[in-house]
Amino acid sequence: MHELAITEGLVDAVTERLPGARVTCVRLEIGALSGVVADSLRFCFDLVTEGTDLEGAALEIDQPAATCHCRVCGQDFEPDGPIALCPCGSAEVTVLSGQDLKITSVQVA
Amino acid sequence: MCGTCGCSSGAVITLLAPRQVPAWLGGPAARRGLSRVHYLHEHDHTGHEHAGHDDHEHGAHEPAHLSHIHAGRTVELQQKVLAKNDDLAQRNRDWLHERGILAVNLMSSPGSGKTTLLERTTRELAGKMAISVIEGDQETTLDAKRIQAAGSRVVQINTGVGCHLDADMVAQGLRGLDPPSGSIVIIENVGNLVCPALFDLGEEAKVVLASVTEGADKPLKYPHMFRQADLVLLNKTDLLPYVEFDLKQYMTDLRRAAPDALLLQVSATTGDGVQAWYDWLRRRVPAPHD
Repeated sequence: MHELAITEGLVDAVTERLPGARVTCVRLEIGALSGVVADSLRFCFDLVTEGTDLEGAALEIDQPAATCHCRVCGQDFEPDGPIALCPCGSAEVTVLSGQDLKITSVQVA
Repeated sequence: MCGTCGCSSGAVITLLAPRQVPAWLGGPAARRGLSRVHYLHEHDHTGHEHAGHDDHEHGAHEPAHLSHIHAGRTVELQQKVLAKNDDLAQRNRDWLHERGILAVNLMSSPGSGKTTLLERTTRELAGKMAISVIEGDQETTLDAKRIQAAGSRVVQINTGVGCHLDADMVAQGLRGLDPPSGSIVIIENVGNLVCPALFDLGEEAKVVLASVTEGADKPLKYPHMFRQADLVLLNKTDLLPYVEFDLKQYMTDLRRAAPDALLLQVSATTGDGVQAWYDWLRRRVPAPHD
């Protein structure tokens, strides 16, 4: 359940960047290969934000697809699951994006 | 979680010195003759040191000034959620690099043989390579006592309800261990194939230990963990004749989940294959600094 620690990190990061601001919405980007489950994070968010400047804030999560580069055939592609396999069948791939877990922006009252 | 640095206030850290301190482990803590030190993490959040980061300033980002934020406005942050852990991990990495110390993050599911492998490694490399260990478990100092009995200097971190080690716990562990230059620190993470994958500790390399008794399907079931691995050690190979484990399929699946990871087959119980693991470590240990 690392989503709990991650949600605590999220609240800390926002309150440090915007001390004293009442936050009404947090927008996150959770990449498809980040290893974080958006629903678990939503579950933790209300619990963790209670009593903080983020209490009652909405949580908007964007989940962009990952992109990978195949080192065999050279094409870039979007993997359709957590195992990044090129359509050509190769597993020799480099992950280009989709591993990020990022706070993109917040809305303040 | 500590609001200042993100460390988990529930973690309890216990330093166990080896029964006889080897000559190569003559660091200040050893010279003070400490045998068991508790770092119950009760700080006042004012003066807060991490493994030698005396000039440490918390947070990778400066606070925004409220006067510049208009009510009802959107504030762009574009900040990694785990930026604080990543920042602390980088400080650990710099600290280790400056001192010429190799740190390895050893991860696996519970019961795959991490501690047994470290016992053998410690015993067989005694006098050849200096090894100290940071043990992560939710509770007990059982593993630390086993490593201590095998001859290594060891710090036990009990994470309480936590399911993984983070960079701040490791910073405290390093401070307790005080490893010498030219040595190896092996961080035995909490047994868990999910959560530790997300937390950088400042290590040089990630090693995933799997065992044949767990079944061959683990790389496909836990791809986030295996994708991070620099080295995968497949343990308990002495049991291959007695369990259903398709080694060929395992190697194929591992290649799909972790195309860049090296695979070594070992038995921590019989010692088969462990020399390749020792060689892997030896190639990465920096020369001791003066």
